[in-house]
Amino acid sequence: MSLSKDRISAIARKEFFHIIYDFRTLFIIFLMPVVQLIIFGYALNLEIQRVDMAVVDLARSTQSRKLVGQFSGSKFFRPFFYQGRLDDLEDLFKSREAKVAMVIPFDFERKLQNETSVQVQFLVDASDANAAILIRNYCNQVIMDYNENRGVKLPLPFDLRSTILFNPELKSSHFFVPGVIAMILIMISALLTSITISREKETGTMEQILVSPVRPLEIISGKVIPYIVLAFLDAAVILLVGLVVFKVPFKGSLFLLTGLTVLYILTALSLGLLISTQARTQQVAMMMALLITLLPTVMLSGLVFPIASMPKLLQYLTYLIPARYFLLIVRGIMLKGSVFSQLLGPCFFLALLTLILLGVSVKRFNMNLER
Amino acid sequence: MPEISVKTENLVRNFGSFVAVNQVNIEVYQKEIFGFLGANGAGKTTMIRMLCGLLKPSSGKATVGGLDVYRQSEQIKRSIGYMSQKFSLYEDLTVEENINFYGGIYDLNQKRIQKKRDEIFFSLGMGDYARTLTYDLPLGFKQRLALGCALLHDPRILFLDEPTSGVDPKARRDFWEIIHQTVALGTTIFVTTHFMEEAEYCHRVFIMDAGKIIALDTPTKLKNRYKKKSMQEVFVTLVEKQQEKKTNPMPDSNDKMS
Repeated sequence: MSLSKDRISAIARKEFFHIIYDFRTLFIIFLMPVVQLIIFGYALNLEIQRVDMAVVDLARSTQSRKLVGQFSGSKFFRPFFYQGRLDDLEDLFKSREAKVAMVIPFDFERKLQNETSVQVQFLVDASDANAAILIRNYCNQVIMDYNENRGVKLPLPFDLRSTILFNPELKSSHFFVPGVIAMILIMISALLTSITISREKETGTMEQILVSPVRPLEIISGKVIPYIVLAFLDAAVILLVGLVVFKVPFKGSLFLLTGLTVLYILTALSLGLLISTQARTQQVAMMMALLITLLPTVMLSGLVFPIASMPKLLQYLTYLIPARYFLLIVRGIMLKGSVFSQLLGPCFFLALLTLILLGVSVKRFNMNLER
Repeated sequence: MPEISVKTENLVRNFGSFVAVNQVNIEVYQKEIFGFLGANGAGKTTMIRMLCGLLKPSSGKATVGGLDVYRQSEQIKRSIGYMSQKFSLYEDLTVEENINFYGGIYDLNQKRIQKKRDEIFFSLGMGDYARTLTYDLPLGFKQRLALGCALLHDPRILFLDEPTSGVDPKARRDFWEIIHQTVALGTTIFVTTHFMEEAEYCHRVFIMDAGKIIALDTPTKLKNRYKKKSMQEVFVTLVEKQQEKKTNPMPDSNDKMS
């Protein structure tokens, strides 16, 4: 029952020709990640800068000017004075002229000097909830800076000073480059393997192979090997663009990342195999592969949204997403310099997932032949 | 008595409650062209798939080249060739790459593949086409290339599932010429078709309807028995008789339902 190296290589060689003759697909495979990197790296920027802020200064005093100055001095805000009626302030939000408004009361200076506290009103446009939270936090920050400048020492029980590790500038690209590697790898591996197998079913060539002495496991190995190489090259391209264009740091071992990337590619290919045992046509395979890989990976892997902030039920669901583990691995190695012993957990789960997927799909593959 | 190449005893295949092949007994001899006729859905493809090891029979016995289809399908696969109506070639690969691939999965070494490749190109008169994409070949050439690929490993029995669908009459005649040459070299041919003039080329024909044999003999004897001039008329007469016999018509089924 031994596998024949020659037969596997005959299949792998043929598969390799399919890949290199299909320029368009090849072009997409290598261009898509670059486009995605640019979209995620530049457009999907979670930092907020130069927010338009309407200022209603009823005090018109030295101190209120100073407060406004504090805001213009920060890179987060672009304050402008609003002269209209207070009741019409809402229109500024509706016409998107401002995302936040600050109302300084007329007795600002007097209260500041005579009393312990004075209230300044902030109105934040929360139609984008995440942005609103960020804007509020930035406002607090600026107000704190203002108070500090005035020499006010608040009697705080303790002082909170956080140091941001691993990505001190809080750059989104550092967060997204590993994410894009995880997403592209699973999409390409699962999509291409499921298509290549269902194509053979569709054109009848699978039948022709099955009447030959080739064993199912030889077919699977032969078909999968070229895609491991392809996915791997793709990962290298993404990594290179990430390091060169986005200057993402690389703290850990490249060797370790290489090994674990192969593991992740195997997971994705097994998923593709499983899909191909279900799909009869290329169309169906493509739809299934995209549905299973794209959305869950983007939404549930921690690529964009932190898993910890999801409802409990969805958090359990994330255990089924291969990208969840690979993201821990790739972010750990690149940004934190994690070593293998620190990544045992995700590696174990990824290996387990691969074994299950592979086992089920090989079994189903054999079963399909006997129908 | 000539050597028996394919033999079945009470061979049955069900798909759920539908009986695609029902208690079929046949014996095919070495170096015979055994034609297999029937309307779509008669069970032709199911029969061929069982004999090629693509499908397990539900019950009954079957041997191919003396090997048991249940237990020795691996050995059977080495000694048979198969070509379907789909001309299972990779259209995005060149002619040469197709031949190399099919040679490779039958464990043929480079020298043998090279020799076979030259033979195919010579006999098909297609030497110039080695580096042509298979997609660009005329249909008749595709068909003959598919046949060449099915014969690369010198199978003792060749199964042809409607091998001439869609090609023009001239190409069809050329194809049958190659079939006759192949038989002369000692190969048994098991061929399904629904072109009745092709039935005339067969040594014996076997007509199936709704999974059952309704006739099995040489074309000449069949024509004499039913007093018809052509196999076309024999076939139509037989199938019509079957229709009258049926009190409950069989559900309309598809040949490719596996």
